[in-house]
Amino acid sequence: MKRQMKRLFPLALLAMLNLSPTPALAAADPLDSARWGEMQKQFFAGQRLRFAAQVRVTAPAMAENPMQVPVTVDASELAKNGLAVEEVVVFADFNPIVEVLRFYPQAVRPELGFRVKLQQSTPVRAAARTSDGVWHVGGAWVNTVGGGCTAPSANAASKDWQARLNHVIGRQWASGENAGRLRLRIDHPMDTGLVAGTPAFHLEEITVSTRDGQPLMRILPHEPVAENPVFTIQRNQVSGPVIVSGRDNNGNRFQAEIAP
Amino acid sequence: MKRRALWALLTLVACVASAADFDYHLQAQAVAPSVAVFVGQREDFDTRNGGNIVNTGFIAAPQGLIVIDSGPSLRYGQQMRAAMRALSPQAIALVINTHHHPDHFLGNQAFADAPLAALPATAQGIASEGNAFAENLFRLSGDWLKGTEVRVPQGSLQAGEQVIAGRALRLLALDGHTDADLAVYDHASGVLFAGDLVFHDRAPTTPHADLAHWLAALDQLEAITREPGFRVLVPGHGLPARDAGPIRQTRAWLLWLQERLQTAARNGLDMNEVLRQPLPAEFARMPLAASEYRRSVAHLYPAIEAASLAQGGVQQ
Repeated sequence: MKRQMKRLFPLALLAMLNLSPTPALAAADPLDSARWGEMQKQFFAGQRLRFAAQVRVTAPAMAENPMQVPVTVDASELAKNGLAVEEVVVFADFNPIVEVLRFYPQAVRPELGFRVKLQQSTPVRAAARTSDGVWHVGGAWVNTVGGGCTAPSANAASKDWQARLNHVIGRQWASGENAGRLRLRIDHPMDTGLVAGTPAFHLEEITVSTRDGQPLMRILPHEPVAENPVFTIQRNQVSGPVIVSGRDNNGNRFQAEIAP
Repeated sequence: MKRRALWALLTLVACVASAADFDYHLQAQAVAPSVAVFVGQREDFDTRNGGNIVNTGFIAAPQGLIVIDSGPSLRYGQQMRAAMRALSPQAIALVINTHHHPDHFLGNQAFADAPLAALPATAQGIASEGNAFAENLFRLSGDWLKGTEVRVPQGSLQAGEQVIAGRALRLLALDGHTDADLAVYDHASGVLFAGDLVFHDRAPTTPHADLAHWLAALDQLEAITREPGFRVLVPGHGLPARDAGPIRQTRAWLLWLQERLQTAARNGLDMNEVLRQPLPAEFARMPLAASEYRRSVAHLYPAIEAASLAQGGVQQ
């Protein structure tokens, strides 16, 4: 009995910590950002949330190129506790456009690699909503010289970007250390609308599914996603081709099939 | 004990004073008769070195001094000019900018009365990106750059054997470190000014690099070191050398970097995973290897990754 108590006690404690998130989060922001209060209001008003190290956000502490800052979000630790991750929102507290993207892992790991434009040093956060309705918030500070959101896209001056708009390239890895991986790149300027004379022009929705229509992942990118977005997705295993389809905010549609 | 404390205090005072009066303490090192180099620190730009991380130099030609690169700031250019005047009464015949990176041309202002020349693409790069580079350097090195303004070379240099100020020079119009990298070979002394195509015991920088072109340029430079008249190689960063060692070192780094990034792309690595990979032992101790590796991944991986992804089977 005593032994069992011993074993149960940490579990109970863990459960208390895990399952008592409140709308008004008492815990201090681990990233100590002056904007956290605003972020909480904007994204989580009236909802339950907790800071969670299990939501891992990987990004360089010092970003060399503010136009292409690599970010990897991995919420698969949460899924190991038996909770399904239904939605993940990524945002950067100090960006002029705060929301970077949302993704909805369906039959893939709750994990996504991509690149963002940052205007200045900022926390980059990912909040994962589990099936019990709780948001689990992780994040990392990224220092950068900035200017990523108000600089014109690198290809703005090139003549052939229109011909390649929404062109998809990609590969799947069926074996090796990254077995189950899908990577793809979509040609798109991803204009933020913050450069004078250039309206916002960005991918708005991307869906990834198997050829027989099983949805794998849905991604809703916003303006801060870097030009010519590159996504790294972890399928549980590669079995057959995937269909990538989507559209931008001007209604340009695309569809492509990536072979296994 | 007391004496040691006093020395420490005096040293501290000396350091503070040297920072406050923005003295680069430039000392010309003669690398051959009538050729000298101002050797910079093997560091990144900061507020202590004021941007003096670069090698500049000059050739005392029969009809005046030929200056190769002007340093990172107006103050540097002025101090370089004063140091040259102390060694030679000759006028400045020509100032050359080897390429369009700010530590090589922001001292141009101090030579406003002298002809200033570069390869055409270098002059264009300075005209279009010079101000942004200067702002960035101001941010990194602070008041050392006070008063510094961009001066675009008006003269246009062409590749080939030429006589400049009475001196026979071979100008090589190469590229790879940037879109236009000029190397200068001085026949009389056997000194080869390689610009930033060559780094010595300092990790190469790659913000505008094309690795294949850079490697080809290194082969051309190494061929010069096999000529009988060759004496000294002056890299853009790091100590001058009497052999092609720095060329081989730069090549080894670039080949490793290219192989690392191509392998990573082929194996499906995301940029964050590439950044996490450790440096091999042979480069781990090279100054700035870790930071230049991180910067190079940011500069070069997107294109290498795109080339690899384009080989996948995709039907639109």
